[in-house]
Amino acid sequence: MSTDLKQKAAWVRRETLRVHGLAPETRIASSLSPVEVLVALYYGGLMRFDPRNPQWEGRDRFIASKGHGCVALYPILADTGFIAREELATVCKPGSRLGGIPDAQIPGVETTNGSLGHGLGVACGIAAGLRQKRSDARVYVLAGDGELCEGSVWESVMFAGQQRLDNLTFIVDYNGISMLDYCRNIINLDPLDEKLRQFQWDAVTLDGHDVDAVRCALADSRQRRNGRPQAIVARTLKGKGVPALESDVLCHVKSLNAQQVAEAVGRLS
Amino acid sequence: MNPAQTMTMRDAFLGVLLEAMRKDEKIFIVTDDFGAPTLDKIRSGFKDRFINVGIAEQSAVNVATGLAIEGFTAYAYGIAGFMSMRCYEQIRSNLAMAAQVRPLNVNIVGVGAGLSYDLSGPSHHCLEDLTLMRLLPNVEVFSPSDWTLTARIAERSLRQCCPKYIRLDSKPVPRLYDDGATVNLEDGFCELAQGGDTCVVATGFMTQVARRALAQSAAPAGLVDVFAFKPLDEDALFRVLEQYRRVVTVEEGFVNRGSLDAMVAGLLARRGARIGLRALGVNDRYLFEVGNRAHLHKLCGMDEQGILQAIAAPAA
Repeated sequence: MSTDLKQKAAWVRRETLRVHGLAPETRIASSLSPVEVLVALYYGGLMRFDPRNPQWEGRDRFIASKGHGCVALYPILADTGFIAREELATVCKPGSRLGGIPDAQIPGVETTNGSLGHGLGVACGIAAGLRQKRSDARVYVLAGDGELCEGSVWESVMFAGQQRLDNLTFIVDYNGISMLDYCRNIINLDPLDEKLRQFQWDAVTLDGHDVDAVRCALADSRQRRNGRPQAIVARTLKGKGVPALESDVLCHVKSLNAQQVAEAVGRLS
Repeated sequence: MNPAQTMTMRDAFLGVLLEAMRKDEKIFIVTDDFGAPTLDKIRSGFKDRFINVGIAEQSAVNVATGLAIEGFTAYAYGIAGFMSMRCYEQIRSNLAMAAQVRPLNVNIVGVGAGLSYDLSGPSHHCLEDLTLMRLLPNVEVFSPSDWTLTARIAERSLRQCCPKYIRLDSKPVPRLYDDGATVNLEDGFCELAQGGDTCVVATGFMTQVARRALAQSAAPAGLVDVFAFKPLDEDALFRVLEQYRRVVTVEEGFVNRGSLDAMVAGLLARRGARIGLRALGVNDRYLFEVGNRAHLHKLCGMDEQGILQAIAAPAA
């Protein structure tokens, strides 16, 4: 499993770079940091989904709250069969359904995000609804750390703890960089896991590029039905795998040219 | 039923929901810690389908959205000004936008339309909501004038699967419509009186004020109650208005800012109608003046006397 997941993560990172090469308008740095999280979710054997029936009632719900930073979802949706592989060449092209931000018209994408700070709140409603239906389906939310400055996120953190939504797993892509600066220089949320625990959550912090660690944490969160919502703070590098991005605090809006994409893909091969 | 019977719109609305919740297990009510006598019965009788998110309107709309995604009929209930404006972007992204892709039955029910909360001052006056809500694609907008129509709008909201904004008055209001009235909610308006050169077009509580004014008018005048901005049969409304030389709009909202007067002006202009239009409402300022609703109406020239003057001598 471990080798497979690592190889898959490398493949997703390469394919995400290739998509960016064809669609330089996409945000590449913030799409490279959550790759292992997405791979653990979609290939770790934990999250239930059916590409032939994307709205299958028994599916787990995945909310990609971090908007622009979810381009890595496209290769995964193609690889798992939600969309055709050929569609990856159409990202951001006229007539495509794959824009710069995955939205709800795409099979396998539950909600339209991009406006940050909504995903966790909608996920809370979904989790409450699933509990009312006595469903054992789980809700996973992926948010960015810059996104946590939105006050609505904290309304939802408080709500989930109070409502004991233990069918909810909140994964924070803690890459430490927002658009203009390091998050710690804007609003410092450290230690985030402790803050979440104070709101009646279980929370772990781990290396978000250790795909096995992420998978284990996801498995734990699934089993631990203890009346507490589950959070995973995944420490990651924005632009992971591309040294020029990793070392640049302003990497959020940086695009790579064709040669840089080829070099990055080659380095990851 | 006594035709003079008064009732609050919120109790009429929630009364319909209370009955429906007894039969339909898919109904949820979410509130931002805002109550009503009928809501007390709902929260004691249906603990598992009543959620108080606390004073957090963004959370209320987000949670209601998630419930609707899971197939529930959700009501987000709170104060109109806050339910429409504090969480406008949640309504835009998670309801208006989302409902274009898949059906969502979320109903934003706002109490305290217009100047209902007269003495609470400008923070609680709700003068912008109709403009903001009618702007959003895929969202229906209701502004009823009495509690009987409110109850019918509540019944329809259970069946019609789409996002809706329903603004209700906070004060008890007399009934304007009979039980036997065959108002078609899909029309969005109802012609309550006919005659004369001038037609008064009002929405919400101002329809009540306009009716009282017309009862004192020396000259006959028409009265149209606009209780919905979507759905609204513009052609049918035009067929009523084209019978008149002048139209006077009356609303507890800012004039010339995209609300009732703009809706009427737009439909007349698009049809090339040469009908004079006079708009009564709040003129581009907040009302810090302390006083009851009648006092505030008088300040704005939209009390019964102001309406009578506009009927008698409207600016063409």
